[in-house]
Amino acid sequence: MEFLVASAIGILTAGGIYLTLRLRTFPVIMGISLLTYAVNVFIFASGRLTVGAPPILSDGVTTYTDPLPQALVLTAIVISFGMTAVVVMIGLGAFLGSDDDHVDDQPEASNSKAEGQS
Amino acid sequence: MTHWLITPIVLPALLAPFIVLAARYHIGIQRSFSVAGVLALIAIALGLCIQASDGTILLYQLSDWAAPFGIVLVGDRLSTMMVLLTAVLALFVLLYAIGSGWDNRGRHFHALFQFQLMGIMGAFLTGDLFNLFVFFEVLLIASYGLMIHGGGTPRLRAGVQYVLFNLIGSTLFLFALASIYAETGTLNMADLANRVAMIGAADTVGIRVAAVLLLLVFAIKAAVVPLHFWLPSSYAEAPAPVAALFAIMTKVGAYAIIRVYTMIFPPDLSVTAGLHDVWLMPAALISVVVGMVGVLATKKLDRLVAFAVIGSMGMVMVSISLFTPEGIAAALYYTIHSTLAAAALFLIVDLVRTGRANLDLTSQPPVVGNALTAGMFFAGAIAMAGLPPLSGFLGKLLVLNASYESGLVIWIWAVVLGSSLIGIVGFVRAGSIVFWKAQGEAQTGAPSEFERPAALSYIAVGGLLSLLIALSVFAGQVHGYTTTMAAQLFAPQPYMSKVLDTEGKLSKPVADDHSSTQEEGH
Repeated sequence: MEFLVASAIGILTAGGIYLTLRLRTFPVIMGISLLTYAVNVFIFASGRLTVGAPPILSDGVTTYTDPLPQALVLTAIVISFGMTAVVVMIGLGAFLGSDDDHVDDQPEASNSKAEGQS
Repeated sequence: MTHWLITPIVLPALLAPFIVLAARYHIGIQRSFSVAGVLALIAIALGLCIQASDGTILLYQLSDWAAPFGIVLVGDRLSTMMVLLTAVLALFVLLYAIGSGWDNRGRHFHALFQFQLMGIMGAFLTGDLFNLFVFFEVLLIASYGLMIHGGGTPRLRAGVQYVLFNLIGSTLFLFALASIYAETGTLNMADLANRVAMIGAADTVGIRVAAVLLLLVFAIKAAVVPLHFWLPSSYAEAPAPVAALFAIMTKVGAYAIIRVYTMIFPPDLSVTAGLHDVWLMPAALISVVVGMVGVLATKKLDRLVAFAVIGSMGMVMVSISLFTPEGIAAALYYTIHSTLAAAALFLIVDLVRTGRANLDLTSQPPVVGNALTAGMFFAGAIAMAGLPPLSGFLGKLLVLNASYESGLVIWIWAVVLGSSLIGIVGFVRAGSIVFWKAQGEAQTGAPSEFERPAALSYIAVGGLLSLLIALSVFAGQVHGYTTTMAAQLFAPQPYMSKVLDTEGKLSKPVADDHSSTQEEGH
């Protein structure tokens, strides 16, 4: 199980990093989503992997799973979800305004043209 | 237990939704509530500062849960001073935004402004690393909204870069936090400091990785080269009052580095040996050079100020990465100076923008209100470039003095002094092109199409500049206070015992019947 989880995190991170290094907004946003999935699983695994153990104190139970990473990962999921929505909206606005979805700065000429339009 | 420590966070957090819900169609009500809120924040911050000035550690346990389990807010000399600095900066920025009408060029400026303040205040006051992440996100998400305030395609494009870069930073932050939690089982800063010190020499791989990741995250926030690429276009394209408020956001990164790397990973800890002197110091020195060369090389006035911010953050980081009490004291003095000077310069650039066709460094007819604006630019540039008599000079002197014992003293002196010269030439070039060469341009005779900036705008900029003058006049007292701050940072024992040994509900830190819970919790 440890191998499965670890390799899943690794593959998600590798794919995410590759996509974030692309030049257009859509692959970059996809890459960041993959990275946030990877980090969510990573946080979850940081409390050690335990199967079938309760997270809260109960009678007659000796092994527990760590409840804190579950709370942390919930916060992280909510925040990354909201942030992705924000970046999609801003990216869409920028694309519709300039008809160009490159992430990097364009050469001076097209920049000044865009300023003239706005 | 008094509740004063949490009011800098709660007050803007309540004010912002109130402004959105009750006053969304009336800019006058929004303005008065926003200004009243910031004035109240200054009063509260002043009170906290006075309370903490004698070395008391203020502690606030949320819901009265004791430290490693509950979230705590901690106010010591450093954090209360940063809260006060933020509140004072916010007042002048807000006055400028109102005076120049920037707040009326899009919707919800004041609500986002208050949320931004809430995030910054929270980041300064929290005593828990995960909580620090949450407050970083609060301040970031508000800053995304503020950054694209007023709209326009170039601003949106810069906004995309800014948001994406910060999202990657947040993801890295989460990786760092999860590694720290996996290694130590806690995220409370005081508790972490204890546990990291207990890690044996053979098991340091994970915590080393976590320490480096955390440093990277804070370096992104502080715009240390090579992680500074997001800064120039975002700060240049952001609305001027927002860019001025962002002057404190880079300082949040510097604050987090000071806090985490004096308490959790102190400089004499073998786990993180080499992180400060081998890696952070050269990066900081290169930041100074890149910033000042950028000042000389840039073609637009707003980018010039953005590069000056990178350079002055580099100066702060040089001083921090000495990691001596003298170095931190000098860094804190320079932080106050750099925040005020950068904010003033961003606002002055906006004064130029209102009176001129564009911000290109080319010869054009004089700016409307040339004399006053030029005088203010002159003062701001002197402060930023570090010429006497303003506080930039004193700050650089303190940094140079603090580095005297360091092994890299020759490098530090050469880089700081050399790049200061480049920066001065850059500012002189920009100022003479924009303000002096303009006199030679043919006057068209027709009345200028540009309006004079409002008096309130000048008052806001003048207020920031007079704070800089006050900082120079009272340099002795301020530096004395930052020295006591640095002393408190390098003796974290009272902080840790205050956080960990204060009783909360259901838990007595030394009682036996709860030690079992503690073990299971980790």
